Amino acid sequence: MKADESLVYSTTEKVSGWRLFIKTILARSYPRIIGQQREKSWIFFEIFMPMLAVSAYVFVYRAIGAPEEYVGFVVVGGAMTAFWMNVLWSMSSQLYWEKEQGNLALYIMSPNSMMAVLLGMALGGMVATALRAVAIIVLGTILFNVQFTVTSFSQLFAVFLLAMTALYGMGMMTASLFLLLSREAWHISNLAQEPIYLVSGFYFPIKSFNFWVAAAASFIPLTLGLDAMRQLIFPSGAALGFLNVTVEITVLVVLCIVFLTGAKFLLDYMERLAIREGRITESRR
Amino acid sequence: MATWLGWQVESNWTDPFLFAVYVIIKPLATAAILVVMYSIITGGDYESPLFPYIYLGNAFYIYVGAVMTGVSWAVIDDREHYKTLKYMYIAPISIPFYWLGRGVSRFLIGTVAVFVTITAGALFLNLPLNLAEVNWGLFIVSLLIGVTMLAMMGLILASITLMMAQHNFFVGEAVAGALYLFSGAIFPLEVLPAWLRPVGFAMPIAYWLELMRRSLIGEVAQAFPTLARFSNLDLLGILIGLTVVFGIISVLIFRWCDYIARERGMIDRTTNY
Repeated sequence: MKADESLVYSTTEKVSGWRLFIKTILARSYPRIIGQQREKSWIFFEIFMPMLAVSAYVFVYRAIGAPEEYVGFVVVGGAMTAFWMNVLWSMSSQLYWEKEQGNLALYIMSPNSMMAVLLGMALGGMVATALRAVAIIVLGTILFNVQFTVTSFSQLFAVFLLAMTALYGMGMMTASLFLLLSREAWHISNLAQEPIYLVSGFYFPIKSFNFWVAAAASFIPLTLGLDAMRQLIFPSGAALGFLNVTVEITVLVVLCIVFLTGAKFLLDYMERLAIREGRITESRR
Repeated sequence: MATWLGWQVESNWTDPFLFAVYVIIKPLATAAILVVMYSIITGGDYESPLFPYIYLGNAFYIYVGAVMTGVSWAVIDDREHYKTLKYMYIAPISIPFYWLGRGVSRFLIGTVAVFVTITAGALFLNLPLNLAEVNWGLFIVSLLIGVTMLAMMGLILASITLMMAQHNFFVGEAVAGALYLFSGAIFPLEVLPAWLRPVGFAMPIAYWLELMRRSLIGEVAQAFPTLARFSNLDLLGILIGLTVVFGIISVLIFRWCDYIARERGMIDRTTNY
């Protein structure tokens, strides 16, 4: 009797090097892109909940008689919260969840790079979250009649791409720190929501802060990303912008390099440390 | 015991100092977002009655997240995370009271956050709060009834959560978010489109927040047209009536959800979501 060939383990299919790296990225991004679309209730809640916050802040602006452009600022900021939430809960704390479920040890045992696993999570998360962010912008635009005036599509595209790369790079870097955490991981992620919405100016122009406060907040890529995007899509955006868009693009490029390089080094270090201290399979509930 | 357990679960993941920082930073940041938005547009006009309306509404809304969501979160925590809900069920305790006890610990933590937020407003933002003029009787009665009402709403959420699998993490936050929008917590209900206002008026939280504001800053709060036609007694009557209604509904929903959850084997179901 001949065995089913599809069930026979084939050593000839072994891949390594860059092919394995790319395959790992694609494999890890698959559940993020495809899997997250399968759970329809998640899609609903992930759009519905930011919309509630967006609506509340829009009505606050209307109650205090703000110019209509501020409504647009809130809608765009609200859409970007989807990315921040994704980075916090599905990037930074992901290795903590994997540890809790017993998958982390399997990741480390497998012959692939943890950097590729994180890149896959980032890529998949970015694509899946972009769909939700677009939905929030479309809904917000329709509900609150937001008017956009794009001054440069190329710069807008560059800003978005750089902000996302830097942001997810930051998520990869913090994921390695979370490798050492247990229960506190959940609380730290929980803590990093509203304070970041505040300092990054999700619902108002960051220029309202003192220069040095805004400069310090620029360490979070969404701060400058949001500020530059608002400058490029709203007529009064430039007047309310923190820095010139070109300067903000340059800073975002630097942040991309810093965070991606930092992620690589920190991940290697933390992985060694976690293995040495026996925290890979630890589950302190 | 449930309150003590809840307190341990909430607080023993770190040292007391870090926990204290954790408890106050989040609500202060939420308040600061509103303060910055307000000050940008009004040029820092903290004398306007709209400011205390927004600030106090937001401060007391902390209790909604703490108590209502806290009660329902106990189900998720025990079933999915600690995997102890089935042990609670077989122990000789009343499950609704156990959940309410878990909510009490959140209430205590929320109280610290509310106190710090209001104190910060009074000290740094000219919040017109004069302790000698506060109607303490109305404040305490309103607070007690309000927290009871929130606990009943939390029990309804907890019962529904018992029957849910992978979406349960969102339910509490979604309801709290919706109530934040519809209860007039941070803007007068007149700002809502006319067809949405009845939703706000049907929510007990709108009346509760109005009573809390009136008890602390009296005439300033009564200047708003939203509930101006109601006296304090009217508002208390409405709040008590709605609390009783929610209490009855919560008991009925709990019994039904509890029965279904037992029948379908959902008490110890973990989804790993």
